[in-house]
Amino acid sequence: MSSKEMVTIHIDGKEIHAPRGASLLKVARDNGIDIPGLCYYEKVSPTGSCRLCVVKIDGRPGLVPSCMVQVEDGMKVTAFDDEIESVRRGILEMILAEHDDDCINCEKNGSCELQDLAFRYNLGRELRTLPSLLDVVPKIYDDSSPVLIYDSHKCIKCGRCIKACFEIQGKGVLSFAGKGLGEYVVAGIENWADSACDGCGECVQACPTGALVEKPVYGVRVREIDVDRKVVTTCPYCGVGCQLELWIKDDRIVKVRGYDDIPNRGSTCVKGRFGLDFVHSPDRLKYPLIKKDGKFVEVSWEEALDYVASRLSEIRDKYGPDAIAGLSSAKCTNEENFVFQKFMRAVIGTNSVDHCARLCHASTIAGLVRAFGSGAMTNSIEEFLNADVIFITGSNTTETHPVTATYIKRAVLFHNAKLIVADPRRIDLVDYATVWLQQRNGTDVALFNGLMHVIWKEGLMDEEFIRSRTEGFDEFIKVIEKFTPEKTEEITDVPKEKIIEAARLYGSAERASIVYAMGITQHVTGTDNVLSLANMALLTGNVGRESTGVNPLRGQNNVQGACDLGALPNVFPGYQKVTDPNARRKFEEAWGVKLPEEPGLTVVEMMYAATQGKVKAMYFMGENPVISDPNIPHVKEALEVVEFLVVQDIFLTETAQYADVVLPAASFAEKNGTYTNTERRVLWVQKAIDPPGEAKPDWVIVQDVARKMGYDMGYSSVKDIIDEINRLVPIYAGITYERIRNGEKLQWPCPSPEHPGTKYLYKDRFNRPNGLGKFHPVDFIPPAEWPDEEYPFLLSTGRILYHFHTTSMTRRTQALPQYVEGPYMEMHPDDMKKLGIEDGEVVRVVSRRGEIKIKAIASGRVYSGSVFIPFHFAEAAANMLTNDALDPISKIPELKVAAVRIEKIE
Amino acid sequence: MSSRRYVLLGVADDGVFSRLKAEIEGLPNVEVIRGLSIGDFDGVSLAVFPTGVRYSGVPVSEVPTIVKKHLEGDKTVDQRFDGSVLPSTILPSRQKRIVLERVGVIDPESIDEYIESGGYEALKKALNEMSPADVIEEVKASGLRGRGGAGFPTGLKWEFTAKSEGKMRFVIANADESEPGTFKDRVIEEGDPHRLIEGVLIAGYAVGASQGYIFVRGEHSLAIERLKKAIADAKERSFIGENILDTGFSFDIRLVPSAGGYICGEETALIEALEGKRGQPRPKPPYPPQKGLWNQPTLVNNVETLANVPSIIMKGANWYRSFGTESSPGTKVYSVLGNTVHTGLFEAPMGITLRELVFDYGGGLKDGEFRAALVGGAAGGFIADLDTKLDFEGVKEKGGMLGSGAVLVLSDKADAIGVLLSIARFFKRESCGKCVPCRVGTQIITDIMTRVYNGNCTRKDLDVMLDIAYNMKLTSFCPLGQSVHLPVKTALEIFRADFESRCGD
Repeated sequence: MSSKEMVTIHIDGKEIHAPRGASLLKVARDNGIDIPGLCYYEKVSPTGSCRLCVVKIDGRPGLVPSCMVQVEDGMKVTAFDDEIESVRRGILEMILAEHDDDCINCEKNGSCELQDLAFRYNLGRELRTLPSLLDVVPKIYDDSSPVLIYDSHKCIKCGRCIKACFEIQGKGVLSFAGKGLGEYVVAGIENWADSACDGCGECVQACPTGALVEKPVYGVRVREIDVDRKVVTTCPYCGVGCQLELWIKDDRIVKVRGYDDIPNRGSTCVKGRFGLDFVHSPDRLKYPLIKKDGKFVEVSWEEALDYVASRLSEIRDKYGPDAIAGLSSAKCTNEENFVFQKFMRAVIGTNSVDHCARLCHASTIAGLVRAFGSGAMTNSIEEFLNADVIFITGSNTTETHPVTATYIKRAVLFHNAKLIVADPRRIDLVDYATVWLQQRNGTDVALFNGLMHVIWKEGLMDEEFIRSRTEGFDEFIKVIEKFTPEKTEEITDVPKEKIIEAARLYGSAERASIVYAMGITQHVTGTDNVLSLANMALLTGNVGRESTGVNPLRGQNNVQGACDLGALPNVFPGYQKVTDPNARRKFEEAWGVKLPEEPGLTVVEMMYAATQGKVKAMYFMGENPVISDPNIPHVKEALEVVEFLVVQDIFLTETAQYADVVLPAASFAEKNGTYTNTERRVLWVQKAIDPPGEAKPDWVIVQDVARKMGYDMGYSSVKDIIDEINRLVPIYAGITYERIRNGEKLQWPCPSPEHPGTKYLYKDRFNRPNGLGKFHPVDFIPPAEWPDEEYPFLLSTGRILYHFHTTSMTRRTQALPQYVEGPYMEMHPDDMKKLGIEDGEVVRVVSRRGEIKIKAIASGRVYSGSVFIPFHFAEAAANMLTNDALDPISKIPELKVAAVRIEKIE
Repeated sequence: MSSRRYVLLGVADDGVFSRLKAEIEGLPNVEVIRGLSIGDFDGVSLAVFPTGVRYSGVPVSEVPTIVKKHLEGDKTVDQRFDGSVLPSTILPSRQKRIVLERVGVIDPESIDEYIESGGYEALKKALNEMSPADVIEEVKASGLRGRGGAGFPTGLKWEFTAKSEGKMRFVIANADESEPGTFKDRVIEEGDPHRLIEGVLIAGYAVGASQGYIFVRGEHSLAIERLKKAIADAKERSFIGENILDTGFSFDIRLVPSAGGYICGEETALIEALEGKRGQPRPKPPYPPQKGLWNQPTLVNNVETLANVPSIIMKGANWYRSFGTESSPGTKVYSVLGNTVHTGLFEAPMGITLRELVFDYGGGLKDGEFRAALVGGAAGGFIADLDTKLDFEGVKEKGGMLGSGAVLVLSDKADAIGVLLSIARFFKRESCGKCVPCRVGTQIITDIMTRVYNGNCTRKDLDVMLDIAYNMKLTSFCPLGQSVHLPVKTALEIFRADFESRCGD
């Protein structure tokens, strides 16, 4: 927002300065003049339906609802006089006449805006002049949603929920039904269960009364007044980093609210609000376990730590440090990742530390570092609101980054942005798109080159930007030359008219933002895909400015941080190369040991090294490769053959079953630390409750193992680790413990304690040595495996809204499995007809790597000849089928394209 | 004007229609045109043209008599079918017809008859001889005021719309006529649909719009049918479409039937409905001329307002100002109903008195003495003073509202309390539910009126009712809720004794 002209107004004689155009009601309230009102909700447009906020304004006839009035210079307002108060009291009494004030059994008792006003205006039942009208107000009690309940007798028809659903979440699932006193809120056309409601709960948070309340998904009905304390922390699910307010009672999470701060401004998705009860699951690991005679036995920490330390020391001494490989975790905090990679490098002596970012955005880092110099989102989530064009490819944003998607939807719905979706599947965002490019899976480079061909041919590129800020244009354009719309259509199946339309849209935009995720990265050409997107931004000068850029949406809550803090085999924290002697020297001095010089093994390489006998021991902190990695049969084989496997987790996961030792870790709610969200923003994680049993924070456990192995890291708190990060990691140097705890939410690079953080990257120069962005000539290479006669279907995998990663958290919640219980495969109805498969029939899906049985669901989201399987579910794990062919640069496996055969089960 | 002989049927009655068809078979040059609202009628009516003699309350059995005597023998059947005396003689002669000039005179389904009788000449004149600004000036000079009820100066509204910035502009004819007792717009749509279309086209030209809508009440099926045909015919003759009459002006008109709801006659609720949303009013400002349909400058005019336009353009503002009063020039179509001898539509100059309307046009009271009239429909007020001047100012002076021009005449034998109860019920049923005072207030008033009607109310009830109605007037979101106060207040003033006699205390 640009700075607005200030005006002077008078309310009840008080002089007030406010920006022109601000809502009079808000201005009044901000200045301590408490005009009543129930339908006003600051985050949405004013409704003006409750009429309680009426005031008198000199020069205007009658009473005016102040929420709908924009302040103008010289305005003279009467907010309180006897007449206005009497009118307000009359209206309030009317509201009470249609409201069931059964406060003694209402969850909102004590935090109900209507109750507060009734008290303020002294409108107890015996003091009212109007009879109750509840016998004519239809009673609609809709508890069909897994997460919320609507009661029309508590509803005052203010419409805040409806506007929250549309104007904040961009969904528009809710509306009014009925007329007059018969009006009520309806989801879809009949009820919540059959509507498109996805359970985000924005409506519940917006409701001023008890009309919309959460179901007791956390086990108990509670009122706000029952709660012992509220703890603001960061959501543990995806990479958006939503700020949550956990309501704690008796050391349990009993309710969750979105907290009104960057980056989510109070919004959440269904998982963040209704899916945190896994913390209290009876399945939580409470004590260390050692496998004895094939069975896990509870042991003391002392015994477990001794055992781990001695076995790891033994194997290191016998086979050398590179016989041990470790997986750090994108679910753990920055500090824990820092400690874990330090453990692997300084204590074990190997660079073989990696984590699941390898499977999601390794190619992002490889590609964006090459093109721009840093491997992260160039811009911030909130900047999407002001983009003219948003180009989304390979990101099913509404399901994988639901709150980020709300910004994109709002940009389209309320800020005139145009959306281009390039995705083989008809994802929900297609409904918001101006152009949808449905390319064949794995033909992304061809599509982007085709778009750039048009941009180039039509002169839509930014020549000044290319000249002054980039290099490599000439070689690059030679490749682009041959990607005519006709040729591009041939490769991608996208009609050339659409290619031209999209290219013109993107190419002519003042501010165009590219958004992508794993549909781009998880290919053998993953790095090429990313480079190609970077080319597009460079060609049009759409980088280094607000609301532009190339924006990879990171999947896990802390995948950005895990990468930033060195849980990668080739770099120390802060992307300082292990092969760089200066960097090595710095870390050697800090840690007091000699550090390995060669890059270590990546995720998939580790598994192969294990089956080849090169890796003998593995240490996994918070990772579940048995579900998340491609080619599961091979992963299982690797875990079986290694001599020693340590798994540290909050649950006994599928992977932990293979472990020799299992160490119980604290969940996000039980420890302090920081996560770095997808927009490079460091967010505080606040301990809310104690861990169950003897579980401990991961960093404590790893430090204990190190100590047992003779290396004392000497940390007594998270602060000590952050201090060390500040010293060793230049991009985090200014993100100090004090600033974080003061509520600053800084984005790296933040090189000094005075630095404000960096909202968007490359304003003046790129982060490459010469400061220029680099074009890369990228030609089209087909996927490693195309459908053929034997395996005629193209399989793609991905995530869904209601589950996360390997479901170890989401399946241990009460609400989420009610939306999606288990595995299924999206299949085009034409293909089902051809194969004689009924909707919902269980079929066998076979690839060259393995086979699963799974329920086939008829779906128009996939095109004929392709199928889609969510990868979450162990009992029909998509990764039994996926191809572990690797991108040669980033070593990311091709999870998005595999050839499969579908068989009826007779 | 055509001199062919035909019978126009009033309220569509299949029995009368088929009998008429059968009876006139073989008669030379006689046609039956079905389902026209003749203008002044009660019950099934028909009229024989070119003489324009009307028959009211015709039963099927009497059809052969009329055909035999009047059509074959050319003699008026001097007998009212419910037993009283006819023919109905309050006729066009006494009225001053501008917007109704062709209604009941030409075949509404014939664009040729419209053109033969001077139709589309105003459009040609506007497009060929006048700039859009000239048109607006002419309308401003005419003093035409909105006939939907509010009486806002039409030319001014056009000017605001023309001057507002936007990607494109729209004209909407508000044909969602739902005010109880009001049926003037329907008669124009059914009886002279091209006049409305011509008005929309001229308005579109004046404000720089390229798209027009006629948002018509969904229950008016005959009007919809006629308008559909008229639009199609006008398109075929190049009055609607690209480059109209080779003048470079392009304009399209779409007909959109309302899904129902009194509130959709409120211009912003109408716009919401037109956008496919729930018909609920928008906050004002911004007004439609600033931000209307799809947030673009939009002119919303009532049908009767637009129907005045061709005549104003053809004959000029001065001619128009020769009718009516200084502040309310022109004519008004009054829908007269209730206890008068004659009920129906009368177009008369603005400013005639209530007495003239009731006694000269309505033929006086059927039974009993004049007590009061509800002027302006359900949203209007009761007026007891027969000398009230029927124009915007005159009615306002007496504490009422001219509104849509519906006049419900009550004799001293009429049940005023029943009328108010039905008004209360009407508002309760039609309240959209958006704002508290209207949503809840209409229910409370209905509950109290039910008690009054049943004779078990208290004096306090009457006070509460008036209080609530006043609160609604002060605080309701849109005119619907604000309107309730007027009938309640005026009823309590005029019929105070009746109300009190129903109170138990």
